[in-house]
Amino acid sequence: MLKISQLHKSYPIGDSSLHVLKGIDLEVNEGEMVAIMGSSGSGKSTLLNIIGILDDYDEGDYTLDGVVIKDLTEKKAAIYRNKFLGFIFQSFNLINYKNALENVALPLYYQGMKRKERQEKAKYHLEKVGLLDWAHHLPNELSGGQKQRVAIARALAADPKLLMADEPTGALDTTTSYDIMEFLQQLNDEGKTLLIVTHEEDIAAMCKRVVRLRDGVIMEDKIVEQVRAATVNV
Amino acid sequence: MMKFLFDRDTWQEVWDSMTKNKVRTVITMVGVWWGILLLIGLLGAARGMENSFNRSFSNFATNSVFIWGQSTSMPFKGFQEGKRVVLKLSDAKRIEENVEGIEFVVPRNQSQGFVVRGMLSGTYNIAGDYPLLDVVQKKKMKKGRFINQNDIDRKRKVVAISEDIYKQLFEKDEEPIGELIRINNMNFQVIGIFEVSNFGGPQSEMHIPFTTFQQIYNQGDKIGWMMITGKPEYDIKQIEEDAKLILKNLNKIHPQDKRAFGSFNLGEMFGRVTGFLVGMQFLTWFVGIATLIAGVFAIGAILLITVKERTKEIGVRRALGATPFEIKRQIVVEAVFLTLIAGLFGIITGGWILIALDNAFGQGDDAQIVNASVSIAIVFLALIILVILGTLIGLIPAFKATSVKPIDALRDE
Repeated sequence: MLKISQLHKSYPIGDSSLHVLKGIDLEVNEGEMVAIMGSSGSGKSTLLNIIGILDDYDEGDYTLDGVVIKDLTEKKAAIYRNKFLGFIFQSFNLINYKNALENVALPLYYQGMKRKERQEKAKYHLEKVGLLDWAHHLPNELSGGQKQRVAIARALAADPKLLMADEPTGALDTTTSYDIMEFLQQLNDEGKTLLIVTHEEDIAAMCKRVVRLRDGVIMEDKIVEQVRAATVNV
Repeated sequence: MMKFLFDRDTWQEVWDSMTKNKVRTVITMVGVWWGILLLIGLLGAARGMENSFNRSFSNFATNSVFIWGQSTSMPFKGFQEGKRVVLKLSDAKRIEENVEGIEFVVPRNQSQGFVVRGMLSGTYNIAGDYPLLDVVQKKKMKKGRFINQNDIDRKRKVVAISEDIYKQLFEKDEEPIGELIRINNMNFQVIGIFEVSNFGGPQSEMHIPFTTFQQIYNQGDKIGWMMITGKPEYDIKQIEEDAKLILKNLNKIHPQDKRAFGSFNLGEMFGRVTGFLVGMQFLTWFVGIATLIAGVFAIGAILLITVKERTKEIGVRRALGATPFEIKRQIVVEAVFLTLIAGLFGIITGGWILIALDNAFGQGDDAQIVNASVSIAIVFLALIILVILGTLIGLIPAFKATSVKPIDALRDE
C-alpha cells in the first residue's frame, strides 16, 4: 500500500546542505499500525512530511496505493493529500473560528462535496468520536482530548487510505493520551492503516510495528506485541 | 468560477474571516470608504461651484471686451499729449467691419438721470442702448420688454428700469408698464422691469433707446463706450488689440499709446476663473484618486498581515487538500468583496454629503453651489477601478500565502 525505497532528502543550509534521510526503505501494508520513533533530528518528521506529500524528496521511489509520488504540482499534491491521507497533528490544528462540525467538514468541502451531504458525513464522523453533542462548539470551548477527537474525525472524514499522526498525544496528559490511543486502535481494528510518529515508548508499544530511525537511516524495524490501551491502568 | 461565486460556502468563508477579524475589516473598509467619499464629495462640490459660476454668467456673452476713450499719453501727428479721446458711432462701425472674429459691436452711452414720480425721486445711471444689448447681456425681464428697433427708429421716450428703481418709485404690486416717470424733466413711459445680475461688468439701472439718448443729451455721433463680443473660436485678447489699433488709427493716436483707451476684458477674466475651476477639478481628481489608492493599499497591507497570521490555517487547509488556486481565490474574493462593499458604502454616504451641501449652500438664485452632483458614469468608473485595484492588491497576499510550503506553514508555532 505504501512503498518507499532508497529515499534521500537533504536540506540546504547556507552554502552546504544537511543530509537528513540517507536511503530509507519502508513498506507498509494495509491494516498495519506503525510507530515511527526517533529522537529529534533523526529525520522522522521529514519522513512523515514526505509520506504526507507535504514535502518532496531528492532521490529514491515512493508509491502510495499504486500511484508514484514524484515531482507533483501543488495542485496534484493537494488532490492526493485529500484523497489518500488524513492528518492528525500534535497541536490539533483546528481552525479556531469554525465549530467542530465545520472543521470536520472542511476536507469534504475541498473534495467538492455538496453542503448537505458534507454535513451528514461530518456528523457521522463526529458521532463516531463521541462528540456529536459538541458539534456547534468552537475549538476553544473544547478540552485538549476533545480537540484531538475532532481532529481525528476531520482526518477520517475524507475516508483516507492512510491516517498519519504526528505526535498525536504530545500535547495531552497520560489519561487522555491513552483514550486517544484506544480510539486509534479501534480504528485500526476496523481496518484503517495508521502511521504514528512518537517519541514515547508507551505510545509506540500500543502499535503493532515499531520503526526506529537514527541519523537518517532505519535502525530497527520490528513487529511488536500490541499493548491494548484499554487494559492499561494509569 | 460562477458556481463558486454563487456558492453559499464561499460567502460563509468570507463572512467568517471578516467577522473573526473585526478590527481589520473595519479599518480596511474605512480606508476605501473615505477615499470614495472624498472623491465624490470633492467632485460634486467642484461641479456645483462650476454650475453656480456658469449660471451666473449664462446671461452674458463672456467672450467680450469693453472699450472707452480716455486721454492720450503721447504726442502724435501734431497733437499734444493729453488730448481727450472720444469714441464715435463711426468707430464702432469700422471695428465691426475690419476686425476679424467680431460677433457684435454694441455702442453705448451713459449718464446720470434725476428721476421723479409723484412725490418720489432719485438719481440713477441712465444708458442709451440698442436692442442688441439684450443679446450680449441678456436682460432678465420681470415685466414688459426691453428696447426694440421701433423705439430706436422713432426715438421714442420709453425706458426699461431695474427692479430696484421700481421698488423705490412704485407701490408694491402696482402695475408699472405704461406708467410715466420723469427723467431730467422729460416724461418717459416705462416699458419693462429687469433684474440686475451681480456678474458681467458694468450694469445700468435704466435703459432708454440709443437714439433718444443722443437727442436729449445732444450727443451727436459721440458714444461713451462700446462692448465688443467675439465669436467663440476667436481669442478676445487679440480682438481687443486689433480694435484698439484701428481706433488709434482713426483717432490719430500714437500706436504705442497705452493710456488713450480704457478697457475691461471680460473674456480674459472669465478665462481666468474657468482656468481656476478646471484646476480645481484636476486637483479634486488627484486628491480623490490618491486617497482611493492609499485606501486600497491599506487593504493590501492589512490582508498581507492577516495572511501572515493565517499562515498556519492556510497550511492546515492545504494539508486537508485545498489547492493553491482555491486558497488564492478565497483571498482575492475577500479583498474584492471588502473593497466593493466599502466602495458602495462610500458612494452612498458621498451622495448624502452632496445632498447636505445642496441643502446648505444650494438653495436660492445666488447659491454658491448649484446642483452639486457626480455623473453615474464617473461613479461606476471609480467603482470599477476600485474592484480592479482590489483584485490586484488581493493577489499579493494570495501569492504570498501559497508560496509558503504547507509544511513550513504547519511548523510555524
